[in-house]
Amino acid sequence: MAAKVTIAIWLTIIIVVAFIFPVVPSPEKWYEFPVIPGLEDRARILFFHVPMSWTTVVAFLISMIFGIRFLKTKSMDDDLKSVSSAGLGLLFCILATVTGSVWAKFNWGSFWNWDPRETSIFVLLLIYGAYFALRSSLDDEVKRATLSSVYSIIAGVTVPFFIFIMPRIMASLHPEPIVNAEGKVHMNTTMLVVFLSSLAGFTALYFWMLSLRVRAGRLFDVQPRQGV
Amino acid sequence: MTKALTFTASDIGKVFAGRTIISGISFSLQSRQSLGLTGRNGSGKSTLLKILAGVLSPTSGGVTLEEGGGEIPQEERYRHIGFVAPYLQLYDEFTAMENLEFTERIRGAGKSRAELEQLLARVNLLPRKADLVRTYSSGMKQRLKYAFALVHEPPLLFLDEPTSNLDRDGIALVREIVREQKNRGIVVIATNDQEDLQLCDSLVSVERPAAGSSEER
Amino acid sequence: MSSPVIVVFLKDIRSELRTRYALNALIMFVITTLSIILFSIGNENASQEVLSGVLWIIIFFSSMSGLSRTFVSEEERGTVMTLQLLARPLHIYFGKLLFNIVLMFLINILSVSLYLVLISSFIVRSYDIFALTILLGTLGLASAATIIAAIIAKANNKGTLFPVLSFPILLPLMLTVINATRLAVDGAPLVDAVSEFQVLVSYIIVMVTVSYIVFDYIWKE
Repeated sequence: MAAKVTIAIWLTIIIVVAFIFPVVPSPEKWYEFPVIPGLEDRARILFFHVPMSWTTVVAFLISMIFGIRFLKTKSMDDDLKSVSSAGLGLLFCILATVTGSVWAKFNWGSFWNWDPRETSIFVLLLIYGAYFALRSSLDDEVKRATLSSVYSIIAGVTVPFFIFIMPRIMASLHPEPIVNAEGKVHMNTTMLVVFLSSLAGFTALYFWMLSLRVRAGRLFDVQPRQGV
Repeated sequence: MTKALTFTASDIGKVFAGRTIISGISFSLQSRQSLGLTGRNGSGKSTLLKILAGVLSPTSGGVTLEEGGGEIPQEERYRHIGFVAPYLQLYDEFTAMENLEFTERIRGAGKSRAELEQLLARVNLLPRKADLVRTYSSGMKQRLKYAFALVHEPPLLFLDEPTSNLDRDGIALVREIVREQKNRGIVVIATNDQEDLQLCDSLVSVERPAAGSSEER
Repeated sequence: MSSPVIVVFLKDIRSELRTRYALNALIMFVITTLSIILFSIGNENASQEVLSGVLWIIIFFSSMSGLSRTFVSEEERGTVMTLQLLARPLHIYFGKLLFNIVLMFLINILSVSLYLVLISSFIVRSYDIFALTILLGTLGLASAATIIAAIIAKANNKGTLFPVLSFPILLPLMLTVINATRLAVDGAPLVDAVSEFQVLVSYIIVMVTVSYIVFDYIWKE
C-alpha cells in the first residue's frame, strides 16, 4: 500500500516538475533548466523517454534471468516471473518507441529514421513479439517455459552485438552530448536530479507492477497465455 | 563380457498438464531378471517405460544403472539400452539394411555387414533387406524394430507391447528374443497381454505401485 | 568408426538426396525470387547499395525456406525418440548444424552466381571481401537458424514462427554482411572490412557456443 502511494506521488511530482520548470539560457535559480541548443523545451522528453527505454531493457534482462533460473529449478514460479517481466517490458518498449517516434517527428521532422538507437528499440520490440509468439504456439506449460527461456537467452546474447555494431554502421541522430554510450553525464545539476528521479521512479513503477502481476499469477495459478 | 548389472528406479513420478500420470514407482533389478509393467490402457505404462529408457524426464525421482559396482552416468545410459515400441519410428525412406547400418555406425557398435545381415535373418527379414521400410507391413516393421534394438547387444531391453502387430511366428520370435535377453541382462516389458507377462519374473502395477510389487511368479 | 556427428550429417544428406524435400523447393525459391527482382528492376540502374541489400534478402529468405527441415522432419515423422535412443543430444545438434551449413553454402553459391550473372549493374570490385563475406555470412546464418529451427520444431505454427524468431537474432549479422558487401562493391581494400569480419566471426562463435549450452534443454523431453 505504502509502495503504491509513494510511487504515485513520486511520479506525479516528476511529471509536474518536468513540465513546469522553465527552460532559460543561463540558469541561476535551482529550479531552472538550461537551454540545450537545438532542443529547448523538447529536451523535456529526456525525463520520460529515456527512463522508459531503460526500464524496458531492465525488464528484458530480468525476464532472461528468471528464464535461466527456471531452466535450473524447473519451478513454474520462475517462469511466471519471467513472463510477467516480459509483458511489462513489452509495454514499456511500446511506450518508449511511441514517445521516441512522436518526439522525432517534432524534432527532426520524421517519425522514423533508422538511427542506431531507434533501430535497437525496434529490435527489442521484435524480440518481445517473437517471445510471445513462441509462447502462444506451445501448449505444454513446461515446454513453453523451457523454450521461451532458451529463446530469451539466445536473444540476450545478440544484444551486445547491437550495442557495439550499430553506432558504427549508421550515423546517429540521437543527442550525444548529453546522454552518450560511455555514460558520461554533462547534464546541468537540476536536470540531472529530475532525470535520475524519473529513472528511479519508473524503475520502481516497474518493480511494483511486476510484483502485482506475479502475485496475481500465483493466485490464479493460470499463466497469461499471451503473457501481455 | 556381461558384468553384474543393477537397474534401480527410485520414486518415479510424472506430472503432465497438471495431471499426475504416475507416482511412487520404485524397484530394483539385477542381471537375469525381468519385470512386467501392468495397468489399464492410458494408465501410464508407456510413460514409465520411456522414463526408464531415458527418452522422457521424470518430474520426480530417478533411475540409476550400475555395472560391476560403478554407476553409469545418465548421459551414457543410452549405449546400454534397447527399446521397442509401436510408436518407435524408423526411417522409411531408407531400406532395412540402411537403417541398421545407420544404427550400427552412430552407436559405434562395431558390427560388420555380415553380422547385420545375420540379425536381419534372425528376425526373418533378410529377403527384404534392400526394400524401403516404407514398403513394409506393420508386422515387418515391428520385427525390424527388434533388429534395430539389438544391433549393439544392449544389456537392458525395454519393450512396449512387444507382440503387437505380430502373427504367431512373430510372437514366437519375440519370446525367444526375450528369453535370450534374460540370460544376457535385464528385460522390462509394458503390456496387458497375459502371455507376454508370463515371461516376467515379477510385476509392477503402474496404477497401484505399492500393491502388486515383486509378485514372484 | 566415424563420429556420431558425421553419421547424423551423412544420414541427413542421404535422406535429402533421396527425398529432395528441401533442395527442390529452395532452388525454385531462388529462381523465382531472382526473376521477380529482375522483372522489377527492368532496365533501370538500381544503386549498388540497394542491390547489396537485395542479395541478402534473397539469401535470408531462402534460409528461412530451407533450414528448418532438418529438425522439423524428425518431429513430423516421429523419429526424434529414435535419435534420442541412438546418440547424445550434442551429436545430433552438430550433425544437423553441419548439414545446414552445407545446404546453405550450396544454395548461396547458386544465388550469388545467378545474381552476379543476371544483374549486370551489380559489380563486385573487391572479390576478396566479397568471398569472405559470403563465407562468414553463410556460417553465421546457418548457426543462428539451426538453433532457432530446433526450437520451432517443437511448436505449432512452425512455418510462420521460424522467420519471426530468427529475424531479430539475425539482424546484427544481416546489417554487417550488407555493409561488407557494399565495401566489396565499392572496391575497398581488404583491411577496411576487418571490423566487419571481426563482428561476423564473433557472431558465429557466440551463436555456436550458446547453442551448445542450451540445446539439451530444447532437445530433451
